Amino acid sequence: MCGIIGIINLDRRRFSGELIAKGLSHLKDRGNGLGSGYAGYGIYPDNPDDWCFHIFFTSEDARLKTEQRLDAAFKVTKKEPLPVKPMTSVKRPPLIWRYFLKIPAIRPTSTGSAEEREKKYIFALVMEINSSGEGAFVASSGKNMGIFKGVGFPDEMAEFYRLDEYRATAWTAHNRFPTNTPGWWGGAHPFGLAELSLVHNGEISSFGINKRYLESFGYHLALQTDSEAILYLFDFLTRIHRLPLEIAAVALTPPHWEIIDCLPPDEKKLYTALRMIYASCLINGPSALVLGFDSGMMGLNDRIKLRPLVAAESKSFAYISSEESGIVAVAREKLKKIRHPAAGEPVIFKYRPTKNQIKPVTNRDGSKTGGHQS
Amino acid sequence: MRHKQNLVEFKIIRDRERCIQCEVCARQCAFEAHIFDADAREMESVDALCAGCQRCVSLCPTRALTVIKNPQEFRPDSYWTKNVLQGIYKQADTGGVLLSGMGTDKIYKSYWDRILLDASQVTNPSIDPLREPMELRTYLGAKPEKIELRSVGKTRKPRLAVKLAPQLRLETPIMFSAMSYGAISYNTITALARAAAKSGTFWNTGEGGFPKALYEYAPHTIVQVASGRFGVHSGYLNAASAVEIKIGQGAKPGIGGHLPGEKVSRLISETRMIPEGSDAISPAPHHDIYSIEDLAQLIGALKEATRYEKPISVKIAAVHNAAAIASGIVRAGADIVAIDGFRGGTGAAPTRIRDNVGIPIELALASVDERLRKEGIRHRASIVAGGGIRNSADVVKAIALGADAVYIATSALVAVGCHMCQKCYTGKCNWGIATQNDYLVKRLNPDIASERLSNLLKAWSREIKEMLGGMGIDAIESLRGNRLRLRAVDMTDTEMTILGIKPAGESL
Repeated sequence: MCGIIGIINLDRRRFSGELIAKGLSHLKDRGNGLGSGYAGYGIYPDNPDDWCFHIFFTSEDARLKTEQRLDAAFKVTKKEPLPVKPMTSVKRPPLIWRYFLKIPAIRPTSTGSAEEREKKYIFALVMEINSSGEGAFVASSGKNMGIFKGVGFPDEMAEFYRLDEYRATAWTAHNRFPTNTPGWWGGAHPFGLAELSLVHNGEISSFGINKRYLESFGYHLALQTDSEAILYLFDFLTRIHRLPLEIAAVALTPPHWEIIDCLPPDEKKLYTALRMIYASCLINGPSALVLGFDSGMMGLNDRIKLRPLVAAESKSFAYISSEESGIVAVAREKLKKIRHPAAGEPVIFKYRPTKNQIKPVTNRDGSKTGGHQS
Repeated sequence: MRHKQNLVEFKIIRDRERCIQCEVCARQCAFEAHIFDADAREMESVDALCAGCQRCVSLCPTRALTVIKNPQEFRPDSYWTKNVLQGIYKQADTGGVLLSGMGTDKIYKSYWDRILLDASQVTNPSIDPLREPMELRTYLGAKPEKIELRSVGKTRKPRLAVKLAPQLRLETPIMFSAMSYGAISYNTITALARAAAKSGTFWNTGEGGFPKALYEYAPHTIVQVASGRFGVHSGYLNAASAVEIKIGQGAKPGIGGHLPGEKVSRLISETRMIPEGSDAISPAPHHDIYSIEDLAQLIGALKEATRYEKPISVKIAAVHNAAAIASGIVRAGADIVAIDGFRGGTGAAPTRIRDNVGIPIELALASVDERLRKEGIRHRASIVAGGGIRNSADVVKAIALGADAVYIATSALVAVGCHMCQKCYTGKCNWGIATQNDYLVKRLNPDIASERLSNLLKAWSREIKEMLGGMGIDAIESLRGNRLRLRAVDMTDTEMTILGIKPAGESL
């Protein structure tokens, strides 16, 4: 059991991390103090175009080794220890540093747009650091976003990371009740890779084959957890195979054959092909998740809805949560359209096209960055 | 001299008080182990002729018969065993190659029996197959690595942009493996064809040709092109749903086959396209395939001949280098790779080959699947594993090791009455299965036999669903290659490495 929640301001207005922490705290019963975390989008308006890495280190030595790798691969614009508040209840945190990085001109040998090439570069670096065994773990690696996670209850992690000092256009959060892997800082959610972040409640029974499939494409599952695998599946399908998010969601949680067989011919062909080709991507077993990305967030349930998931909208906010209580607790406006998404039905909230973009978050403008999900 | 040196294998015990001299046993035994002694007006039995097939025991109306293993032994010797001595005596008698039917009966380690399955508890609920859909549907054939989409209409709806390679659609991941008409009777292949059609799966003609009368089952038929090329013509290739090139067979890797002329009846001569009464000899290799390039050419030729509308399968025996060979087969263009383990059955094989050549399917399957994944070509072909699949648990384990589907043949024959007496090559099958003798063939009613086969597939499918549900999986593709759900007991580290599974007791 875990608790997940996501809040997005559809007009790209930034709001404080206090709000998401409050929402997550209402799901306190769904965790056991062995892991909590938050992902915020649009939190670094001063460095919107830099790749921002949040990295956990087990030692100073690990930090120095990893920084050598970073220095070799990037132009480091800024580096600093992530500001935290030492707390007696937060035991043995790792060294946590934040780096703002620019990618040097990438040789145009690889294919794809400039953005795709950059993401490929980031992917390779993250895999390299996480699999190096040097005691470093990249917690987040996106632009103008960051992940704040660790071992502790939701309110403790929010206080530890001084979440009230950050303002984001969208937040996702997770309260952990670990089952398969021991609670540790890297293993807490959200999981991040480039701009994608994932919070997940569940334990997938298909992990063995999802993992083998990903590994054959060069993914390194540093944490050996199913949630990490799901994040990488989304990255693989949307970035490498360039599938629209909606189609990627079908590949992960496709309808049953008895439904596919009744679809109109064209759709039947498409869904049959998706299931045939992406058989190893199917995530089987209980799952409720919120995926954060450049232009919004998505909620998704497993094929037979073995975990709860509620979505709601108000005038300028949208919410996805394990429980309605988390949404009600943080709603500032009148809630409308409270709904319980069906099994396998993706709920996608994207920022509205803006006329008067609130500065300084222009970097999230879809037209400018040309994110493939928009 | 002969009978004095060799011990008889079985002993027939007749309860004289129960025997009513009805002669059923005499009529049922094609080996003529029972005779009516007219002078004594009593039934007699000749132990030396008994094959141990249990036909008489099953049909005796008064249950007067028992057939047991002959308790008489040679002087005990753990190295020079009874079997060893018997073989030497037989060969000294005849100067011949020892023959056997069915798969090897030697004691080799069974890996299936050392693999345990996982089940869900608490954190990941098991799924009740009586309440939730439990999907076994499987598509065999080459898949593209990625989907190609195009958008249509104002709403830019995504649609499939390219046509996929031809596929076989299976409603359960179990097919009937190749057994030729000739090796087995017409009624038996009829039963297999009907059961495949009813169960939404496939049967395989082997190298026996495809009798025209069974073309109505073509949508559930895989035809074989083997080294003898018997029965192969364009109508045959195009009637079928898929074409399988048989390179080898698990029971006798590296050698061909031989259907004696006595078995080549009019109908068999028609379907095999050879003269009546002539021997049908399948050479050891295909004489047009001496290399992987040659195989690629045959695959190409068959695809041309079938207008690229049928998947082409290549079947090999599980041998030491199976992984590399399979990789070559996939790169040569095969849509399906069928691997037949050393426990696979046969109508006739030289005993020493049957008992000593090849490797267990579990190990071959695991290494092939891993190799194809490492090379990034696993999607280009489906893997079908066969050779000793005895029950639904074996099927589940095979799929978790990496198979898309399995082939069964011995289990299918047992379902229709086979008692594994291993005398298929004599043509005297008392159960009407491995025979062309009309009197014996009639014993197998295709209606009843096909129902028994359908029942077997239904029962196994139900059990597979239960096991999947227990693992918290509701679609077979999430089991395929999911070796994390398997654990090993009583295996060496090397064996576990090859199988890609962890020891029991080790968690995720």
